[in-house]
Amino acid sequence: MSALPTIRDEDWRYADFDAVGQFAPEAIDSWREVTVEAGETFRESVVIDGSDPFLSRIRVNVGKGARAELFAINACADYARLEVQVSLAEGAHFEFGGVTIGGGDAVREFVTRTDHSAPDATSNQVVRAVHWNQATGNFLGRIDVGREGQRTDAAQDFKGLLLEKGASANAKPELEIYADDVKCAHGAAIGQMDEMARFYMASRGLSPDAARRLLIRAFIADALAAMEDEAEAERLFEAALAVLQTMDGQ
Amino acid sequence: MLKIENLHAEIDGKEILKGLTLEVGAGEVHAIMGPNGAGKSTLAYVLGGRPGYEVTQGSVTFMGEDLLAMDPHERAAAGMFLGFQYPVEIPGVSNVQFLREALNSQRGTRGEEPLSGGDFLKLAKEKAGLLKLDMEMLKRFVNVGFSGGEKKRAEMVHMGILDPKLAVLDETDSGLDIDALKTVGEGINSIMRSAEKGVLLITHYQRLLDYVKPDHVHVLANGRIVRSGGPELALQLESEGYEAVAA
Repeated sequence: MSALPTIRDEDWRYADFDAVGQFAPEAIDSWREVTVEAGETFRESVVIDGSDPFLSRIRVNVGKGARAELFAINACADYARLEVQVSLAEGAHFEFGGVTIGGGDAVREFVTRTDHSAPDATSNQVVRAVHWNQATGNFLGRIDVGREGQRTDAAQDFKGLLLEKGASANAKPELEIYADDVKCAHGAAIGQMDEMARFYMASRGLSPDAARRLLIRAFIADALAAMEDEAEAERLFEAALAVLQTMDGQ
Repeated sequence: MLKIENLHAEIDGKEILKGLTLEVGAGEVHAIMGPNGAGKSTLAYVLGGRPGYEVTQGSVTFMGEDLLAMDPHERAAAGMFLGFQYPVEIPGVSNVQFLREALNSQRGTRGEEPLSGGDFLKLAKEKAGLLKLDMEMLKRFVNVGFSGGEKKRAEMVHMGILDPKLAVLDETDSGLDIDALKTVGEGINSIMRSAEKGVLLITHYQRLLDYVKPDHVHVLANGRIVRSGGPELALQLESEGYEAVAA
C-alpha cells in the first residue's frame, strides 16, 4: 500500500485533494485489469454522473492487431477521475473519447498513459471539456513511444469550452519518444461560446436554451465521433447534455 | 405591420440611430439605401434584437406588438426574419438540423405542432430548388466552407423554410455575382411578394432593385431617414450619389 498521492505527483497536479483525501488508500491502489486478446476488440462506454467523489483506474493490455475503444462522459457532481493506462502490442489501436461537463466547483479529469513500445500501433484520443461556475476540466495525456515503437501513429486532441468566467480547463499533453519513425500529433485549444452564433440562431427562432444545447452538442461531437453504436452514442450525448439543465440562467 | 417611431439606438454609448421613423405596411417592399456608416446595419440588428445594441428612445411595433420587449427568438416566432450581411458559420451543426430545430422551435412558440422529418425535408428541397442551391449544401454545416454567394442563397433558403411575415434583409445583395443576384431577387419575390407580407431591403446599390421592385425607397443618412420616395429615388441616387440627394 502506498501513501495518498500529493500535488507533487505529476499526474495528480490538478486533482481536488479535499476529495482525494476521502478515498481509501486501497481504492487508490486498485486497478481494473483488462486484456484484449490478439485480433479482438474491446469496447466500453461509461457515464459518470454520481454525486460522490469518483475514482476509476483501468489498465488495458491490447494484444497484437487488437483494438480497445473507451468512451466516457464525466459529469460527476464532485471530483471525478478516470485514469487509463494502455499498453499496445504490435499493430494494436487505442481509441479514447472523453467529455468533462458540468458546473459547481468540481474538478473532473481524464488521465491517460499510452505505451507505444511495439511497432505499428496507433492511438487516437479526443477530449472535450465544457464548464461553468468554478468548475475545472482536465486532460492529462502521456504517450511513451519506446525504441521498438516504430511507425507509431498517436494523436491527442483537446478543446475546452468555458461558458462563464471562473471556469477553467487544463490540458497537459506529454510525449516521450525514443523511436525515430513516429507520428505524434497533439492539439489543445480553449475558448468561449460564440455570441454571434447564438444571436444568429436566435434570429432564426431558436430559444437560448435550444441554441446552447445545439452548439454544445456540436462541440462535444468529435469526442464521440468514433463510436459505432449510434444508440449508445446518443445515450452518452443525452447524459452530457442533461447536465446543462443544472445551469441556472445564462 | 412594422412601425418604427423616433428610434434612437447606441452601441457602446455611441449614438448611431438618431430619431428614425418608418412604417412598412403589409404587401409593401421598402428599400433603405444610404452611405457607409449611416446606420443601416445597426437598424437591422436593432430590429433583430442583437445584444449590445441599446435602444435609448422611441418605439417599434410589429403586428401590433411591442417588438423591443421581445427576445430575439420571440421576434422570429412572431414572424420577423433577419437576413444577415455576414451569415455566421456554425461548425458541427448541419443546415438541415439547424433549420428543422429553428422551425419547430418557432412553431412551438406559436402553439403549433412540429413538422415531421419527412415533411421538413420536402419543404427544404422545394426552397433549395427555388434558390438553385444544391440540397447537398443543406446537409453540410451551417455556412461552413460556403462561398459568399452560397451563403446569401442559403440565407434565402432559410427564409423560404421559415416563411416569415416580415423580412429585414441586410445587404443580401453583397457578394453576389449577376446570375446569383437574379436568382436571389426572384427568390425574394417568390417567397415574400404577397398581400400579407412585408420586406425591408437594406442595400448600398440599385442593382438588386432591378429584380425586387420596391414600392418605397428611403435614404438613411446619419441615423435618420432624410428622404423618401418611389422607385425613381433609387435611380436618382445611383446617378447623382448620396451626397447630392441626401443634402
